[in-house]
Amino acid sequence: MMFIRSFIFFLGVLATLLLGWAGLVGIPNFMISEVQPPKGLERYTYEQSYGRSIYIREGCLYCHSQQVRPAGFGADQERFWGRPSVPADYVYDKPHLLGTMRTGPDLFNIGARQSSEDWHLLHLYNPRIVSPGSVMPPFPWLFEEKISAAPDDKVIVLPDSITPREKVVVATREGRALTAYLIGMNHTYPVSQVPAHNDTTKKK
Amino acid sequence: MAAQTTTKEQFISFASHTTEEVSEKQHRVEIDDSVTSPVVLYFLTGIGWLVFGSLAGLLAALKFNLPDWLGGTPFLTFGRIRPVHLNSVMYGWASLAGAGMIVWLTSRLCRAKIKETWALYVSAVLWNIGVAFGLVSLFFGYNQGMEWLEFPKPAGGLIALGFLFFAYSIVQTFRKRQVEHLYVSLWYILASLIWFPLLYVVANLGIYHGVTEAAMNWWFGHNALAVWFTPIGLAGAYYFIPKVIGRPIYSYYLGLLGFWAFALFYNWNGIHHLVGGPLPTWLVTVSIVASVMMFVPVMAVAVNHHLTTIGHFRMLKYSPTLRFVVFGSMSYTAVSFQGSIESLRSFSEVAHFTQYTIGHAHLGVYGFLSMILFGAIYYIMPRIAKWEWPYPKLIKLHFWMSAVGIALYVVALNMGGWIQGTMMNDPSLPFIASVNATKPYLWARSLGGTMMLVGHLAFAYQFLLIIYRSGPTRYVPAWFELRKTTEEDKPV
Ligand code: HEC
Repeated sequence: MMFIRSFIFFLGVLATLLLGWAGLVGIPNFMISEVQPPKGLERYTYEQSYGRSIYIREGCLYCHSQQVRPAGFGADQERFWGRPSVPADYVYDKPHLLGTMRTGPDLFNIGARQSSEDWHLLHLYNPRIVSPGSVMPPFPWLFEEKISAAPDDKVIVLPDSITPREKVVVATREGRALTAYLIGMNHTYPVSQVPAHNDTTKKK
Repeated sequence: MAAQTTTKEQFISFASHTTEEVSEKQHRVEIDDSVTSPVVLYFLTGIGWLVFGSLAGLLAALKFNLPDWLGGTPFLTFGRIRPVHLNSVMYGWASLAGAGMIVWLTSRLCRAKIKETWALYVSAVLWNIGVAFGLVSLFFGYNQGMEWLEFPKPAGGLIALGFLFFAYSIVQTFRKRQVEHLYVSLWYILASLIWFPLLYVVANLGIYHGVTEAAMNWWFGHNALAVWFTPIGLAGAYYFIPKVIGRPIYSYYLGLLGFWAFALFYNWNGIHHLVGGPLPTWLVTVSIVASVMMFVPVMAVAVNHHLTTIGHFRMLKYSPTLRFVVFGSMSYTAVSFQGSIESLRSFSEVAHFTQYTIGHAHLGVYGFLSMILFGAIYYIMPRIAKWEWPYPKLIKLHFWMSAVGIALYVVALNMGGWIQGTMMNDPSLPFIASVNATKPYLWARSLGGTMMLVGHLAFAYQFLLIIYRSGPTRYVPAWFELRKTTEEDKPV
C-alpha cells in the first residue's frame, strides 16, 4: 500500500513538471524550429557578435529589452521603436536577449534610431554627457587615454570640463565592437506575418 | 524568576509528561544531535552568502541613486553586481539555508537519525565552491546571458552535483523512516528533490533557439521558485506554525488539495514574463490562465496556515520563530495574489518591464522565503547547538529591520514601478520622464535595503555567538518577553 502510494506520488510529481515543460517549451520549440530567417535579416558580423558578448558581459540586458510590442499594448508603436518583433527576427540570437526590464528604452531598433557611432561612444563613456538625468552606468573601461591618437583610432570628443589634460580618449576594440553591435540593431525590414494586434483578450 | 518563565522543554510539550514522552523527548534529542554538524555548515555558509549578497544588492541599488559612484570599476558596474546579488542570495543563501532546514525537518519528520552524513558534507562543499566560482565569474563578466541561468556551466554543474548528494542523504533518511504518516512538509520536500534536478537538466538540454530559448529561460526562472524555493518556504511554514503554537494544522485535506493544485498549476506560470513579446499568443495566455489558477493552491495554503494561527496571535509576542514564520506565511498569501493579478494582460501592460516586478520578486523571496528561513534557524539552532540565543534584543532588532525594511522596499518599488510604467506608456512624455519619476522611490528602496542589511548583520553576529556557545548563558529560551506561566506549564 505504502509502495503504491509512493509510486503514485512519484509519477504525479514527475508528470506535472514534464507536462509543463512539454506545453510551454517542448511543443513551441518544435513548432518554431520551422521558422526561416527573413530576407532582410543579416547574420552578425564577427565584430558585432563580439560586441554582443560585451553587451552580455556588462549586463545591459538588466536594463534594456530587445522586443517590440504591438499596437494596443504599451506605447512601443507610438514611440517609434519599430514594428512588432516576430520569432523570425531572433533566429541568429544565442543566447536570446529579450530582457524583462525597461529602465532604459528598448534597443531592438536602436541602430535605425541612432546610427551615429560618435553619439553611442560618447553615451557609453558617460550617458549623462548626452542624456542628463540618465541612470545608466558609465563604461569608461571601453576607452583608453592616449598621448596622441593613431591613424585608425576612434577619438571621442568630450566636453571640456572632463577632457583629460594633454591626452586624447579613444575607443578600445571592445567599445567599437559594442557600438557596431548597437548600430547593427536594425529590424525594420518587412516580415510576412506581423501580428497587428497581439492582444486578443482586450478590445480597444 | 524561574517560576515566572517556562523552560524550553516544558514549552515544547504543553501536556502532561508521562514517561513515554520523556523517552520520546530523548529520542528527539538524539535525532537532533545526528544533524548538528551538517546543518550548522549549511546555515553558516548560507548566512555568509546572505551578508555578501545583501551588500551586493545594496550596492546595486545605490547605483541607481548615484550612477557615477564607483563608476570606473568594471567589477562593480550595475550589470555585473546585479547578477552577483541575485545568484548569491538565491543559490547561496536561500538554497543552502533551505537545505539545512530540510535536513533537520526530514530527520524530525521521519523520526530517524540522518543517514549518509558524509554526503551532506560533500554536498555543502561542492555547492559552496560552485557558488563562489560562479560569483567570481560574474564579477569578471562571464555571464551566460540568461537571467537565473547566469552561472557558467561548470559552476552550475558543481551546484547540481551538490544537490544530488544532498538529495541522496535525504532519500536514504526517508527510506529508514520510523513513521507511517507523512506530514505535508515532507511532500513538498520530496517533490522538490525530484523537480529541481529534472528542471535543471531539461533547461540545459541545449536544444533551444531564439524565442523558444526565451520560453525555456522563463519556464526555468519561474520554476526555480516553483519547484525549489517555494516548497522550502511552504515546508517550513507547514511545520513551524503548528509546532510553535502547539495545535495541529487546520486541515489535512486542504493540505492535499493545496499540494496537488500547486504541482499542477505553478509550473505553467513562467511565460507570463514574456507577455507582449514575440511568442505565440496562446503560449502567454496559457501561462496567464495558470497564474490565475494559482489562486486555488494559494487559498488552500492560506486558509490552512492562517486558521491555524488565528486565536493565537498572543504567541507572536513571545516567540521569535512564530513572528518570522507568520510574517512569511502572510507574505506568501500577499505575494501570490499579487502575482496572479500581475499576470493579467491589462495589469502587466503597465507593470511589466518596470521596478514593480522587482518589488514583487522581493516580497516573495524575502518577505516570504527568507523570513521563514530566519524563523526556522531561530528555532533549530538552540536545539542542535544546545545553547540558547544569547540576545533576544538582537533578534528583535533583526525582526523589525527586516520587516520594516522589506515593507518599505516593496511599497516603494510597487508605487515607483507603477508610475514608471504609466509614464512609459504615455507617448506624449519623453522616455527620460519615466526614469526621473522613479528616483525618489529608488532612494526609499535603498533605505529599505540598508535596514535589511542591518538586520542581517545582527543575525549573523548572533549566529556566530551561538555556534561558539558564547555570550551570556541562558537557561530559558530567548523569548521576546518573559512568558507568564499558566496552569498547563507547571512541571510535573
Ligand atoms: C542601470 C540601467 C542601465 C544599464 C545597465 C544600461 N543602460 Fe542603457 N540606458 C539606461 C537608461 C535609463 C537610458 C535612457 C537615458 C539615456 O539615454 O541614457 C539608457 C539609454 C541607452 C541607449 C539610448 C537609447 C535611446 O533610445 O536613445 C543606448 C543605446 C543604451 N542605453 C545602451 C546600453 C548599453 C550598450 C548598455 C550596456 C553596456 C547599457 N545601455 C546598460 C539604463 C541602462
